[in-house]
Amino acid sequence: MALAKRIIPCLDVDKGRVVKGVNFVDIRDAGDPVEVARKYNEQGADEITFLDITASHESRDTTYETVERMASEVFIPLTVGGGVRTVDDIRKLLNAGADKVGINTAAVFNPGFVQEAAGRFGSQCIVVAIDAKRVSAAGEAPRWEIFTHGGRKPTGLDAVAWAMKMTEMGAGELLLTSMDRDGTKIGFDNGLTRAVSDAVPVPVIASGGVGELQHLVDGITRGGADAVLAASIFHFGQFTIPEAKAFMKAQGIEVRD
Amino acid sequence: MKTIAIIDYGMGNLHSVSKAVEHVAPNTRALVTSDPEQIRGADKVILPGVGAIRDCMAEIRRLKVDELVREVSVDRPLLGICVGMQALMSRSEENGWVDCINLFPAEVRFFGNNLKEGPTRLKVPHMGWNEVHQVKDHPVWHDIPDAERFYFVHSYYADADNNPDMAGRTHYGVDLAAAVARDNIFAVQFHPEKSHRAGLQLLKNFSQWSGA
Repeated sequence: MALAKRIIPCLDVDKGRVVKGVNFVDIRDAGDPVEVARKYNEQGADEITFLDITASHESRDTTYETVERMASEVFIPLTVGGGVRTVDDIRKLLNAGADKVGINTAAVFNPGFVQEAAGRFGSQCIVVAIDAKRVSAAGEAPRWEIFTHGGRKPTGLDAVAWAMKMTEMGAGELLLTSMDRDGTKIGFDNGLTRAVSDAVPVPVIASGGVGELQHLVDGITRGGADAVLAASIFHFGQFTIPEAKAFMKAQGIEVRD
Repeated sequence: MKTIAIIDYGMGNLHSVSKAVEHVAPNTRALVTSDPEQIRGADKVILPGVGAIRDCMAEIRRLKVDELVREVSVDRPLLGICVGMQALMSRSEENGWVDCINLFPAEVRFFGNNLKEGPTRLKVPHMGWNEVHQVKDHPVWHDIPDAERFYFVHSYYADADNNPDMAGRTHYGVDLAAAVARDNIFAVQFHPEKSHRAGLQLLKNFSQWSGA
């Protein structure tokens, strides 16, 4: 018996409310993130990821408040990302109760920021989020590139090389999202996950594309992920966390009961 | 009302620890503080910690937290968490060997860049939920099943070999001391405040433990 593979429900939060909906009740407003996080905590989620998708200046105070309320009631690790640009942003999120902070675009424009953040707060709380798209043509050796602005802007950076660089800079974990698969429900890009996971010494969270429970299994067995992240299959009530864990366990994956 | 002092020496997020303590022990005041008099006046003390050991030990020495920890642990329970546990050991390999408080003789070592379980390479940090085998009876383990999982996140570990104080053992490529206990001190490598029910039970047990 060893370390369990983690299942991480992800909350996309816009102006203090979860968006994407639970059970299609209201697509735009799925309620209070603290309520949703508490439900996942009760179900046995291994961590919670909170993405502030507005991340505007005005919405920041709401985010700190929400994180603070969440951390007072949910006693599992909490990662908060979205719009993290300065050491002060990180300090405020950690002080509000986040255990880890996700850095995305800021790392692309200033890789030294990751080094500064890890030096200041420790690698254990610095998660670098990597959004990658496959850029190789069919028949070519697979290659992925980093994109910013929700997958619209290419950067010319090779995803695997970038992942290695981020761990050298002090990232303690990588949140790897396939922009090709995000929202498709056809499964993770396991080729991307495997390439990155094999290249770096730190844990990798696979993200983007989960539509059924077999995808979670594949992310681990084929992609080599240490943790799997999903949003809609849990939010829409398609599956519960215990169902996901039972399915993974039945396929020989070690999970926390 | 009982008071638990959570020693604030500027390293890491103490909000989670204090909220978790308040959650399990409603009649206890959790006081995040660096004031020696408040710490001396508390019924119990928690030494948390995250980050690099050199920075932690520098702050611990500057604020004389090392002396305080020795002093208060003589007559009341003390709980070390994560780097707070490592700081109680003799010394740590991190940052090119740093001398620690030395209340326990064990050394803190790096998992290394080539950690393996059989043919499988293991990721470092050791991050996630791992099983803790209770190797010593202790009131702080009350109502927690053996081999229960707790949340870990660390790249350095206290040696399990020849460690007479080990109270809990975990395996991640190597055997490591997940918990040590002696007299009034109980210290854990994992994060009870982030370990859901088992972690909250541990904190509850600590809040009810009157010491050795």
